[in-house]
Amino acid sequence: MDLSLLSLALYAVGALFALAVAAAVGVRSKVVLGLVYPLSAPIAGLIGALGVASLLRGGLESTVLPLGLPWIGSHFRLDALSALFLAIVGLGGCAASVYAIGSGRHEPAPARVAPFFPAFLAAMSVVVLSDDAFTFLAAWEFMSLTSWALVMAHHREPGNTFAGYVYFVMASFGTLALLLAFALLAGPGGHYAFGAIRADAGSQRLAGLVLILALLGAGSKAGLAPLHVWLPLAHPAAPSHVSALMSGVMTKVAIYGFIRIAFDLIGGPQAWWSLVVLAVAAITAVMGLLYAVMQEDLKRLLAYSTVENVGIVFLGLSLALAFKANGMSEAAALAMTAALLHAINHAAFKSLLFFGAGSVLFATGKRSLDALGGLIHRMPATSALFLVGAAAISALPPFNGFVSEWLTFQAVLVSPQLPQWALKFLTPAAGAMLALAAALAAACFVRAFGVGFLGRPRSSEAAEAREVDGFQIGAMAALAVACLLIGVLPGPVIDALSPAVRQAVGGAGLAAQAGKAWLTLVPISDSRSSYNGALVFLFVTASALISASLVRAIASRAVRRAPAWDCGYPDPRPVTQYTASSFAQPLRRVFGGMVFRAHETVEMPPPGDPSPARFAVRLDDLVWDWLYAPIALWVGKAAERLNRLQFLTIRQYLTLVFAALVLLLAMLSLWR
Amino acid sequence: MALNPAYLLQGLQMALAVALAPLLTGLVRLVKARLLRRRGPSILQPYRDLLRLIRKEAVIAENASWLFRAAPYLIFAATWVAMALVPTFATGLPFSWSADLIAIVALLGSARFFQALAGMDVGTSFGGIGSSREVMIASLAEPAMLMVAFTVSLLAHSTQLSTISETLQYSTVGLRISVAMVLVALILVALAENARIPVDNPATHLELTMIHEAMVLEYSGRHLAMIEFGAALKLLLYVSLIGAIFMPVGMAHAGDGPGALAIGFGVYLAKLAGGGAALGVLEVSIAKMRVFRVPEFLGSAFMLGFLATLLLFVSKGGLR
Repeated sequence: MDLSLLSLALYAVGALFALAVAAAVGVRSKVVLGLVYPLSAPIAGLIGALGVASLLRGGLESTVLPLGLPWIGSHFRLDALSALFLAIVGLGGCAASVYAIGSGRHEPAPARVAPFFPAFLAAMSVVVLSDDAFTFLAAWEFMSLTSWALVMAHHREPGNTFAGYVYFVMASFGTLALLLAFALLAGPGGHYAFGAIRADAGSQRLAGLVLILALLGAGSKAGLAPLHVWLPLAHPAAPSHVSALMSGVMTKVAIYGFIRIAFDLIGGPQAWWSLVVLAVAAITAVMGLLYAVMQEDLKRLLAYSTVENVGIVFLGLSLALAFKANGMSEAAALAMTAALLHAINHAAFKSLLFFGAGSVLFATGKRSLDALGGLIHRMPATSALFLVGAAAISALPPFNGFVSEWLTFQAVLVSPQLPQWALKFLTPAAGAMLALAAALAAACFVRAFGVGFLGRPRSSEAAEAREVDGFQIGAMAALAVACLLIGVLPGPVIDALSPAVRQAVGGAGLAAQAGKAWLTLVPISDSRSSYNGALVFLFVTASALISASLVRAIASRAVRRAPAWDCGYPDPRPVTQYTASSFAQPLRRVFGGMVFRAHETVEMPPPGDPSPARFAVRLDDLVWDWLYAPIALWVGKAAERLNRLQFLTIRQYLTLVFAALVLLLAMLSLWR
Repeated sequence: MALNPAYLLQGLQMALAVALAPLLTGLVRLVKARLLRRRGPSILQPYRDLLRLIRKEAVIAENASWLFRAAPYLIFAATWVAMALVPTFATGLPFSWSADLIAIVALLGSARFFQALAGMDVGTSFGGIGSSREVMIASLAEPAMLMVAFTVSLLAHSTQLSTISETLQYSTVGLRISVAMVLVALILVALAENARIPVDNPATHLELTMIHEAMVLEYSGRHLAMIEFGAALKLLLYVSLIGAIFMPVGMAHAGDGPGALAIGFGVYLAKLAGGGAALGVLEVSIAKMRVFRVPEFLGSAFMLGFLATLLLFVSKGGLR
């Protein structure tokens, strides 16, 4: 029985939509709402499995359904690229649903969350499956709308309404950019189907403009600077499983949109495109991390870290564009593999970290690092799993973050072969910024884990936290195991990715990793570079066990518990520990002056005066001050001027209509 | 069967690293003491210190977690595995194909990650000082180290350390400016990463001047022994790395006979002795910088590494 995988996937998507409608209809019934997550988990898991199966099996399926516009219908296509991102959407959605089975029981406003969640998953699946511009944009908008509704679920909390508003504006801007991009791609014939656009690929005018528009549209949804400002507002505002989906999965869907346009629909890239993407990506990576290091809110920190990782993915994509433009297909495959693998890895560990943050929020009610602490004793499983996520995102071997960073560095090291001079100058600079981002990521997560989970509790809620339930821990554990497995056995994952890589950059792709000796990863050639995650993991574990057993054999095993030494002056008050802000102070001092105009003011009373000293830190967000605030100001002024159009007389309105008609006829005659 | 001797050699290298690390630390202390007109401790004193610490009871804070107790072994293991990847007396040993220079940097980063977390574990302010300063230094030292890695990798067309050593030993790379710049950069990074003067004073007793020592303030007994052992191993790693990349003479190759191996071993000991003595002289000659001058120090290392990489990227000759 050869059921088409695409039709199964479409049925599953339909089931998710039906679930959403059922939840909306039965919104007053607790039973119905309680069934949403247990039902969406297997359906999302099925979608993910279908994506993986299609990726492994290969092949191409497409179909046209009589939905949508009557003369176009809806085209759907399941090729290697779609299959990969469908797997990410499905498996990420499954993990979030399993987590939500546990956390959704304590959701204060389930009626605002449960109906939109399956619709969100369904919309994301349709985006990656769609094969014409109309279906793509309709699904994209629906994805934005459902996630906006989820962001506004807790609308009474301060700041959430503003977050929703900014998200709404940025999502509309993104869709506008994508609409213009697809309009340019469709050309004068108006062919919206991707198949027709692909057939037309070489003869598109203004391909560079399409790329810029795609970068603006997809990039704003993914979180590229300076269009990232909505991300740290909206992602933390949503419930935790939705934050994980938005950061881990929706940004990947945006990356899919960019890859689909830039690598598939446009045709042959030009070298200067990669310059633009490279510059934007490198700046995004470093800026995202610098912002993350200064945050006290755990979820905002994770959201800024998403911005950084999206920058790293786009860095890989820009190198792939550069190599593809110069016809260096093996190097392009390497860069593309690095980018796609990082997308998968980020989906895994960012979801894990957001689930951990959600568990902490549920157990303590606090999101601020300055109110947490000592959770490693109260919530041991959550802490251990959050530690795995933190180690993975800091690119530490043997976890998966290291493999994709290593591949990206290898791609940077191949780039001296690029002939363009501007690329020769920019690529090492991008490599330097990537190295800086890697080191700062470790700093950021040492701070997050060290202040939030270690030490002594800084509030009574943290001191009384209790471990969360099995579903939440199970979802986190599954993702942690995935992080370790991908890090230790990257070869099979890279082989599974290679159909998608070949589709995107053409050529033969990377050499098959399955046949390499001892499961080593050899992207280009043995003499050049190789990495064996399994052996490194084995050696580190073996060394730790050998040294531990030797020491216990020779040494005394005695352990005595005593009060902390603290140089002989231990202070029992937890407030004397380092806070999140104090931990970030050296970094703020080094990097903050340039990037944030960080300003610390200290008011010390004169000696003998018992009044308290005051310390204040002021950080300016330059992106807001220089880009968004002026734009908001001008838009407001323009709106006020245009408001006068509401109060014209009948004669003035008729003149306006006549002038518009004359203008349109003139344009039409010029066009002909 | 030709593989077996290679595995034996690899095991020998790992055992040698563990055996020689305290000796190097002892040599540096002895050189410093003699330059300051003191008799100084015996060169074998670090071994006696480690034995003494191992036999003592470990006193642990009441609220220390499993991470505090496991971290010393994880730090030691990560540093030891990274050391196993650096060619010392012979290049091309089997394990060196499993990971390259970037993986070495990342393994040292793992060790530092767990060290910084262990500093935060007990919840004292000194632990916070140590950890926060350490990550600030790491956020500049690791990129500088990666720039050094990029430069030598570009010259050798490979990131494998064995290949890099052999290329710089045999090919006509010659005296390139990039090589000189990254040598300086690597020395600066090595000083910062090993907590040596001018970045940090390993012998200080003043807590507010501590960086590395402040992170390990709560450790005692066998845990402190493992951490000090790990620090000694890290120093050995950096000296061996500088020797393997910039002075790759006399190293044996995989499959060489015992004569070449003995020569390689002798040359390696000479390199260690030279490096240790040079470090001792340097530490005595200059003063420690205040903490917020360290970013300028490391920033210049980063810039040197970046300029070296840029020069290689844009140079017309010698890059395939």
